[in-house]
Amino acid sequence: MSAIAEAAAPRRPPRSRFTTFDRLEVLGPLFIIPAILYVVVLVGLPFLLALYYSVSAYSIFNPSWTFVGLKNFREVIDSEIFRRTLANTLIFTISAQIIGLLLGKIGAMLLMQEFPGRRLARALIVLPWAVPVSLATLAWVWMFDSLYSVINWTLVAAGLIDPAHRPQWLGQEDLAMIAVVTVHAWRLFPFGVVIFLAGFTSVPQDVLDAATIDGAGFWRRNYQIILPIIAPIIMIALIFGTVFTFTDLSVVYLLTKGGPINSTQVLGTLAFQVGILSGDVAHGAAICLFLFPFLLVAVILLLRSLRRREI
Amino acid sequence: MAAVVVKDLRKVFGDVAALDGVSLSVRDGEFLVLLGPSGCGKTTFLRIIAGLERQTSGDVLINDEIVNDITPRARGVAMVFQSYGLYPHLTVANNIAFPLRTQGTTRPEIGRKVEWAAGLLGIDHLLHRRPRQLSGGERQRVALARALVRNPTVFLLDEPLSNLDAKLRASARSELKQFQQKVATTTIYVTHDQVEAMGMGDRIAVIDHGKLRQVGTPSAIYDHPADDFVASFLGTPPMNLVEHSGGLLGFRPEHFLPREMLDGAALSELLFRIDRMEYLGSERILYGALDGFQAKCDVAAKLPAHVPLSGIRAGEWHKFAVREAELRYFDRDGRCTVSPKEQAR
Repeated sequence: MSAIAEAAAPRRPPRSRFTTFDRLEVLGPLFIIPAILYVVVLVGLPFLLALYYSVSAYSIFNPSWTFVGLKNFREVIDSEIFRRTLANTLIFTISAQIIGLLLGKIGAMLLMQEFPGRRLARALIVLPWAVPVSLATLAWVWMFDSLYSVINWTLVAAGLIDPAHRPQWLGQEDLAMIAVVTVHAWRLFPFGVVIFLAGFTSVPQDVLDAATIDGAGFWRRNYQIILPIIAPIIMIALIFGTVFTFTDLSVVYLLTKGGPINSTQVLGTLAFQVGILSGDVAHGAAICLFLFPFLLVAVILLLRSLRRREI
Repeated sequence: MAAVVVKDLRKVFGDVAALDGVSLSVRDGEFLVLLGPSGCGKTTFLRIIAGLERQTSGDVLINDEIVNDITPRARGVAMVFQSYGLYPHLTVANNIAFPLRTQGTTRPEIGRKVEWAAGLLGIDHLLHRRPRQLSGGERQRVALARALVRNPTVFLLDEPLSNLDAKLRASARSELKQFQQKVATTTIYVTHDQVEAMGMGDRIAVIDHGKLRQVGTPSAIYDHPADDFVASFLGTPPMNLVEHSGGLLGFRPEHFLPREMLDGAALSELLFRIDRMEYLGSERILYGALDGFQAKCDVAAKLPAHVPLSGIRAGEWHKFAVREAELRYFDRDGRCTVSPKEQAR
């Protein structure tokens, strides 16, 4: 009798110390909280702070929270240095993007070929990206040095320039811009290679073969088949690279500090000089945030066109 | 006239010979099926004809012209790939128009041809869609239409039905065959599916390990296999092969029946131990062993399901028989030969 009663009683499930953590509604938020905290504390709060600084009269000498409206922005726009900086930023960003992505595409196409040592080459190509920016830029500083420039030495040895008139890469206004664009494109290029490699390998071989049989030559295959197919990936690289370049100051600051005569000044370096070095936090914030609305609109438009293009 | 001829084609990848001296001639307007197991070299064969791959040695002739050094686009071939190879970013209309654009066809002419091809394959209502918005069967038709618009000398089809579900495959099979008869373009069709090969091919070329085993009509290949590979590759279940005086003796399961079902003379009687039976709706398949014969795998007998199985039970010996005309003999190397009796004569 007692045996029957025992058998009929519902058996209690074995207790597990993992039950709470096994539940998705507990585990999910638990995993995502660090990321949210990170964004809120280290990105969101400083951003909101910068937003307020830009419409206040805050400086390190007079830390007042007085609201001044768009006065800082008006003053910034009126400054000739700022207008030049804005133009520089656009030139710097667009040229570095174009050169970096073009080199990336060529590099990726080369790395798609079979050749001995391809794996090593693929690993080495990421170096400009992996090396700390300060270290890499210091190497470039020496390469562009007025006396010891290895670039000038090579050009002289090749008989391309007159030893008496060596170019001052970091001292001449036009050359300095070329120098910073070169270094930044060099930094972006491995990223371009990786993105294009990922893109190329994602195009099915059948599609390429079909295009070959349908009579498409090298150029048509590249520009009418491969590029449109990998366009969404390239677009992501473009968004990333553009935002990264617009907001970056490391290469310019380490190479020229914005000089000579503001010829390589970009928004990042100017904001740093005005806001941090000179202590005029409010104007620094205004310079920083000046492009924010434009970038936001540009990114939204790019992402939208990306969704439309989705294949 | 032969539309495609290959002579002693060899293709070596590293130390593996994907094709090992294949010679074959495909007649004008013919539907030739290249049949073989996976990895036998049949897709390589197709890619060499298309010009996507260069042979190690040997010649490819299209319309009596050696095309070894001619680019794929100049060969006048069209190919349908296993996964169709449609351009995912282009609409159906632009997919079909693509080969015409590369040839520099005029715009009105392109429009006319696209409409014609789409009409022929019944996809005119899909012209504005993208490939991802199409079903498997529709994609296959788009790929066919794209192959068709250029008026190719040869159609090369690489397992185009393998991505379709079983039901669709059956209807696509007959549609494809009808379509080929309508346009009368020479077609080389690669498959590992013997049902497709038997049902569609004017002739079948059986290939294995890079070597051509037999070329012939479906009935010739099925009834008179040239060697033990062809015999054991075709048919479900395949031909029974048992060891017999140094060679092999073969007979189809459907010819191996209970003694009482066969009448007349010239029968070979065999004692068959039935191990298991499979009921497949329209037929029954009996697996077992023969008394006095060694076989690498089970011997099978295929009986129509409507025949009552009087007294046939698993685990028992039963008297079975094959008509002597249905017996096939293979020599030590597996090649088809005449019966030992005739040899003695």
